[in-house]
Amino acid sequence: MAEELYGALAEFRSPEDLLAATRKAREAGYRDLDAFTPFPVEGLDHILRFPRPTISFVGLGGAITGASTALAMQFFTNYDYPLNVGGRPIYPISAFAVVTFELTILFSALAMLIGMLWQNGLPRLSYPVFDAGRFHRASKDRFFLCVRAHDAKFEAGETLAFLSGTGALSVELVPG
Amino acid sequence: MNEPSDILPTRQSMGGIADQLTGIPLHFPADRRWVIAMAVASALLLLLMVSVVELFTRGVGIWGINIPVNWAFAIHNYVWWLGIGHAGTLISALLLLTGSEWRNSLNRFAETMTLFAVVCAGIYPILHLGRPWYVYWMFPYPATMGVWPQFRSPLEWDIWAVLTYLTVSLAFWYTGLIPDLAAARDRATRRGWQIFFGITALGWRGSARHWQRWQQAYRLTAGLAVPLVVSVHSEVSLLFAAGQIPGWHSTIFPPYFVLGAAFSGFAVVSIIAVSLRSWFGLGNLVTDDHLDLLGKVLLATGLMTGYGYVFEVFDAVYSGEAHEIQTLADRFAGAYAWTYWGAVIFNFIPLQALWWRVVRRSGWMLLLISASVVVGMWLERYMILVTSLYRDFLVSSWSHFTPSFWDWSTYFGTIGLFLVPFLIAIRLVPMISIFETKELLHEEKEEQQHG
Repeated sequence: MAEELYGALAEFRSPEDLLAATRKAREAGYRDLDAFTPFPVEGLDHILRFPRPTISFVGLGGAITGASTALAMQFFTNYDYPLNVGGRPIYPISAFAVVTFELTILFSALAMLIGMLWQNGLPRLSYPVFDAGRFHRASKDRFFLCVRAHDAKFEAGETLAFLSGTGALSVELVPG
Repeated sequence: MNEPSDILPTRQSMGGIADQLTGIPLHFPADRRWVIAMAVASALLLLLMVSVVELFTRGVGIWGINIPVNWAFAIHNYVWWLGIGHAGTLISALLLLTGSEWRNSLNRFAETMTLFAVVCAGIYPILHLGRPWYVYWMFPYPATMGVWPQFRSPLEWDIWAVLTYLTVSLAFWYTGLIPDLAAARDRATRRGWQIFFGITALGWRGSARHWQRWQQAYRLTAGLAVPLVVSVHSEVSLLFAAGQIPGWHSTIFPPYFVLGAAFSGFAVVSIIAVSLRSWFGLGNLVTDDHLDLLGKVLLATGLMTGYGYVFEVFDAVYSGEAHEIQTLADRFAGAYAWTYWGAVIFNFIPLQALWWRVVRRSGWMLLLISASVVVGMWLERYMILVTSLYRDFLVSSWSHFTPSFWDWSTYFGTIGLFLVPFLIAIRLVPMISIFETKELLHEEKEEQQHG
């Protein structure tokens, strides 16, 4: 091959066409697939056999970190400089509840946002699919299926022909 | 039997929506009106700056506050602004989780409203400090004095709650915005816009893998945001309820404040929805059905707030405590009775018109009723602050509060602080969620085909 390829891209008019084509591609033995859509398409991740995302665990980790940070901070400051206010307890869990709750939420939400971007490999401003001529419509009203060149079954001409046969509006090869 | 419950007219196309909504920042359609609005907003912002400079130069004595009314406009407007902000999160997060997809046309500008309302709220306690340059004392840092912040005080809880709320709101807003920034990037033709949206979209490409993780993060953040809102405004109410002042020391306060916050916030959301819709011709996306639903929510939260009023009276009478009953009498017939009855009238009388469907579906009527609610809630916060403080336990410490020019100028100035960034945001980001309206449109069309 003279030129490194990223993959083959096929354009569809509706989510249903995309789902049908993806199913056919799986049946034809293609495994290294991805889709590009203007909004999340229900059921697509099932057909593509993506593993369940792990953002919830990232969020849980953040929540535990936040809660323990808040509690440690409040226990320590009161231990380090105990203030006796009318004989009230120095370590009242009820009075620590608000800050603990807030930091739990704060750490959890930020961890999920950062974790989501990290796992998605974003920010990454330049990506091969952006070079495809019609790809700008992936954020508008077109649904794209991509067969990666790494796929064992990928063979430029044959894959393009296969994708055309699935009812695509247009197909093209994306340089890597 | 089942009539179609489409909220968006299905005759529009996805591409049309994308072009229409990205077109607002990319090819701004209403330049003249925007400039006029911006001029007014900037004048208000300038007024705030002058007021703040005056305040920092001469101190909080320029306000009408005194002992015993040492909390007045600063905290009153703080609660008012923060309450307005809460509706943005509730619309976005709560209605996302309950699957009420009609929110998709409203959530973006409601969240934007939240961000700037919280900023307006957040500056008030700092201005009220008297020596605002010591605000960092609120944070636990190893000071040479050896002391730490008092974590058993609601005043300390406050800064953690508000900063968390601001940060999480910003994170939630931005997470939802990324796909739309990418849509705007792909429509942009001028270099400057391409760079701006190119960078802020972070290279989003709508990959199925990305959507999957994004969806999980977005929904979970929404799940966190709902209890967060409740906790933040409950905590604000504890600033009052944890003290012993009659009229404040009551267990009804947290729910009373949270519901009042939602009430005033939904009123502001309605005002913005009606204004933006007529300003940018968005009648195809913010439909009469949306206004209808907003009217219903406003009515419901209003009635719940009304329940708070009733229960507050009951609480005072049931306690049998002389000072509580005295404060109640002061509210009904004291020097500031106008704030109590003003709040009751502005909050609840025009609201009753929303029982009629034709009123809810009329933009102008909804706008007027919402404006009345905003005024009513402002009076309510005034009433809660001043009527409780001006006559407390000792007759020798009774006094009055009259807002000074600087009280008013700071307050009107914060309206500028809210409007200026909001007007700028209208020109920078799509004010209605593009991908979520498309998703909803697609679902509706699909339903039409199959059902």
